[in-house]
Amino acid sequence: MPPIVSVRDLTKSYAGGFTALDHVSLEIEQGEIIALLGPNGAGKTTLISTICGITMPSGGTVEVGGHDVVRDWRKARDLIGLVPQEIALEPFSTVWNNVRFTRGLFDRKRDDAHLERLLRDLSLWEKRDAKVMELSGGMKRRVLIAKALSHEPKILFLDEPTAGVDVELRKDMWRVVERLREEGVTIILTTHYIEEAEAIADRIGVISKGRIMLVERTEDLMARLGRKELRIELAEPVAELPQSLRREGLLRAEDGTALIYTYDTHAERTGITALLADIQAAGLQLTDLSTSNSSLEEIFVGLVKEDAA
Amino acid sequence: MNLGAVTAIYKAEMARFFRTLLQSFISPVISTSLYFVVFGSAIGSRMDRVEGVEYAAFIIPGLIMLSVMTQATSNASFAIYFPKFIGTIYEYLSAPISFLEVTLGFVGAAATKALFIGLVILATSFLFVDFTILHPVSMLAFLILTCISFSLLGFIIGIWARNFEQLQLIPLLVITPLVFLGGSFYSISMLPPAWQVVTRFNPVVYLISGFRWSFFGQADVSIGVSLAAIGLFTAICLGIIWLIFRTGWRIRS
Repeated sequence: MPPIVSVRDLTKSYAGGFTALDHVSLEIEQGEIIALLGPNGAGKTTLISTICGITMPSGGTVEVGGHDVVRDWRKARDLIGLVPQEIALEPFSTVWNNVRFTRGLFDRKRDDAHLERLLRDLSLWEKRDAKVMELSGGMKRRVLIAKALSHEPKILFLDEPTAGVDVELRKDMWRVVERLREEGVTIILTTHYIEEAEAIADRIGVISKGRIMLVERTEDLMARLGRKELRIELAEPVAELPQSLRREGLLRAEDGTALIYTYDTHAERTGITALLADIQAAGLQLTDLSTSNSSLEEIFVGLVKEDAA
Repeated sequence: MNLGAVTAIYKAEMARFFRTLLQSFISPVISTSLYFVVFGSAIGSRMDRVEGVEYAAFIIPGLIMLSVMTQATSNASFAIYFPKFIGTIYEYLSAPISFLEVTLGFVGAAATKALFIGLVILATSFLFVDFTILHPVSMLAFLILTCISFSLLGFIIGIWARNFEQLQLIPLLVITPLVFLGGSFYSISMLPPAWQVVTRFNPVVYLISGFRWSFFGQADVSIGVSLAAIGLFTAICLGIIWLIFRTGWRIRS
């Protein structure tokens, strides 16, 4: 199947000389969830804006569903729903009218049943007759999502949807995302909550300074770059590491009540067996053991630093 | 053609109008009544007939045009400036709608509101002055054309404006003087000869003259010239809007 979004050599530079996107190429498969990570000002929003038709590209091409976004803009935009980063809503109109308006802009037939289900899914049904200006910030963000989904798009862009959002909304939102995934909707999101990208995305792209640093399957990225941590809880705290235990990767933590051992899962030897044997020989008693992946955040910070160096 | 979008924009804009119906309705009625009291009864009673028409009746077409032009301009300019100001412009840019459809929705609604206000003022006039409209069809045609062309102008101003001050600037500095000096309250034949020449460069003169002709059969300039002038003005506005959307000026970065 051809990619549903195909970005080739996309460049966006502004009159002042600032280059927001620098020869970006990216292919997004139908039905996948891709997360774009990057620091503020990396070009995430510019990339989304250019695909959606808000910003005109300076160079390169973007195709959505096989339609060029500049030449064949009507067909391309017809497939897209966009949740912008900033809350922007007509304040004097009701929730219901706001959502119906967007469906109208996309020339869809009136479908009150669809809109009702959408509002119920986003816990907005009770507020349907309230004016947008009367809603809290979180509620407004729900309205933005409802608007973006009002015309049943094939591709959904979520630009930092969870920034400053409470736990309830995040749960509602990921439930909706899960259902959309089952319906085959392609989802592109940018986020600062890296654990979320890790939990929800099929692939992760990292953007820095207008360039795509990498795009990989989430688990491959974790496996390739992931180091693991072994946490060893001790019954009695140790004042300092016994001579026999001293080795690379082992640290005393939390006033000596725990030891943390960092190791590479892909190394020939992880050194865990030897470490545990040495701990026993040193006469230390264990109360618990646990392992964790080093987070994507660390990987990400590492990548961006490498680039800066 | 995305007619659904045109309808959606038109309806949303009209909903804004109906939310403030009382203001929209009452303010033109009050201001027109004041004009009739001051110019019609107080001053008009001491004035001769102008071109064979009683002064209170003579000013009616001008009064309607004055309100219609300013209302059409401010309605349309605010309607497109507001989404830019609050950020909802992203919706219009990312939806499958063309410049023509956006313009139709916004300008159609602004023109409808202006037309409504024009008709309200006309109805109010009947309360103060006794008059008949000689050419009602042509009167309505002129009124509608003026509503549309000045809504187009307002639309351009709304796109151009970067802040609320600029939004007020052109209506205040350009449109109001042009309308006042366009023969709303006098016949241009009453001006000194030199000013009669200058005033011919004022496009509003042709609109008011043509409009007045459809009321009383009297005009400062011929009706054909009036029609050509309003046609040209509408075409220029449409051309500018087409250019704006083609280049994305002040809309699409």
